[in-house]
Amino acid sequence: MAKVFQKTKMLTDVPFHYCPGCTHGIIHRLVAECIEEMGLQDKAVGIAPVGCAVFAYNYFDCDMMEAAHGRAPAVATGIKRTCPDDLVFTYQGDGDLASIGTAEIVHAAARGEKITAIFVNNAIYGMTGGQMAPTTLVGQVTTTSPYGRNPETQGMPVRMSEMLGTLDGAYYIERTSVHDVPNIVKTKKAIKKAFEYQMEGKGFSMVEILSTCPTNWGLNPVEALKWLEENMIPHYPLGVTKEGR
Amino acid sequence: MAKVLMKGNEAIAEAAIKAGCTHFFGYPITPQNQIPEYMSKRMPQVGGTFIQAESEVSAINMVYGAAGAGARAMTSSSSPGISLKQEGISYIACAQLPCLIVNIIRSGPGLGGILPSQGDYFQATKGGGHGDYHLVVLAPSSVQEAADLVAEGFDIADQYRIPVMILGDGMIGQMMEPVEFKEHEGRKLPEKTWAANGWKDKSHPRRIVNSLYIEAEAMEEVNCQLQEKYAEITKNETRVQEIMTDDAEYIIAAFGTTARIAKNAALKAREMGIKVGVIRPVTLWPFPTEAFSKAADKAKGILCVEMNTGQMIEDVRLAVNGKVPVEFYGTTGGFVPTPAAVVEALEKLKEGR
Amino acid sequence: MAKLTIYEDTCKGCGLCIGACPKKLLAIDKSHLNAKGYHPIGIEHMEECIGCASCARMCPDCALEVDR
Repeated sequence: MAKVFQKTKMLTDVPFHYCPGCTHGIIHRLVAECIEEMGLQDKAVGIAPVGCAVFAYNYFDCDMMEAAHGRAPAVATGIKRTCPDDLVFTYQGDGDLASIGTAEIVHAAARGEKITAIFVNNAIYGMTGGQMAPTTLVGQVTTTSPYGRNPETQGMPVRMSEMLGTLDGAYYIERTSVHDVPNIVKTKKAIKKAFEYQMEGKGFSMVEILSTCPTNWGLNPVEALKWLEENMIPHYPLGVTKEGR
Repeated sequence: MAKVLMKGNEAIAEAAIKAGCTHFFGYPITPQNQIPEYMSKRMPQVGGTFIQAESEVSAINMVYGAAGAGARAMTSSSSPGISLKQEGISYIACAQLPCLIVNIIRSGPGLGGILPSQGDYFQATKGGGHGDYHLVVLAPSSVQEAADLVAEGFDIADQYRIPVMILGDGMIGQMMEPVEFKEHEGRKLPEKTWAANGWKDKSHPRRIVNSLYIEAEAMEEVNCQLQEKYAEITKNETRVQEIMTDDAEYIIAAFGTTARIAKNAALKAREMGIKVGVIRPVTLWPFPTEAFSKAADKAKGILCVEMNTGQMIEDVRLAVNGKVPVEFYGTTGGFVPTPAAVVEALEKLKEGR
Repeated sequence: MAKLTIYEDTCKGCGLCIGACPKKLLAIDKSHLNAKGYHPIGIEHMEECIGCASCARMCPDCALEVDR
């Protein structure tokens, strides 16, 4: 018998602290698998966010840095401009990237920084207990939108992939999902493509990955996958918003 | 090396280049714009990196990244921009990364004005950012000294893994003086084996540049390490200049360009028969406590002169510990004290008014 | 012939693998708790496993290993 699937060597032995059914675990694994398959463990430097993935430096078996909330693309810029041959990636949630960090991600993309942002979009703030995120859907109940997100007073959700796709400096931006195995496979392909573009020196890349937060959505893990498919995808369509110059 | 007439901001930038700074990240704000402008021209010439970031916040985080990857990196700003950087500075201090931060102080608080001030002394020496940390703070009083301290500052940063601040009051940035970029006798510096720049050498564990310590024991351990470091720096790196203090009955305490005015006032006072000396801290942190304590054993009083409402005076008072009166004369708004006004304040101190 | 290895103490009983399996071979094993206090996943009819590894690809905790 041959090994068909085993845990990638790019993940440490530290067990994930994520909630049962949280898709962070899947995404961490896909990023790690890509780094391993591309043979880049000695060149990878990852930047952990503030959010549920704040301990990401415990999981990826490569050099890592912890960034202040939202600042990962700026930290990544500093690293990549120091070590241009390294694979530099940020791993950010929707608060980190789409709220406090909007200036940093927009300008890293506009400057065409040769870094890759892995953007985990689960339409809520996980780590701090379920507050509204810039990506929270209209009508979605969170701890700071207890009557459901009201466009009148709380605005509309932000589509980061489309927004960054308008920037001439960005090279490759794609939105994918991890709610079933075919989409998990597509997500891995997108991550690998982003990393390959980076190593080829092509420019800024981002993969926005629709994800679940069962705990703060108040759903069990399987229900959460369904909620993603039925509610998030219509508002956040999957696909490429920018590729090439 | 010949002397060149240069603006303070540009001399600071050139000194950094000569000291081997390879990465500058900054943002425009008056009165330090010449620093990023000069860097935008010079860095490409020496194969370094210049980025005008989208904000001062972003700039300090770029410094964090570059310094964490092992580069000799710096940023510059002025008061409101330095306020924005405080979170990043706290992170850099805790992660024990070396870097240079230049503050060309402008009048405040708030958006303030663009004229000189020394109103950021508290911010620079008492934290500014959150948590128990310190920066080494260097206060030049001439363009030449600013250039010299930039080179020293980078070495101190690398030797102790600490952010170093060059605190320029607004005049230093804008004035033009002759400056010579001397051959800097560098220290023997340790290798940056802690830098996270790709795990190429598997004989040591992978590097994590971090300031998050959830367990109390780990956070306490980091704080102990920082305090040990600060004690060593206090022992080795405290700098102060004393002028005419041997027989001084009255001392003027001043830093930065204000100290030059203090020296003029002291000379005037001597002509009037008052024995005055000047103590000029060069490191604001670590503060030259001993110099003031010793001076207070002989002097009758100390006048602290600053371009603020009284900040360094608190450290002078702590050092003097009640031995003699410590009085204050200061200006705000961008006004610079005159030697005559300082002499008048000295007379008031002498007469016990 | 295929074999699924379940790292029981890594499993958090989230159940995502159950829907991923095309042959519906997986179920929460209510008979016991693992070291973390979860009911781990279990497989009753290993002989029907085709080794597609869909379950392992769905698992957020790398608790599943597949041989064929």
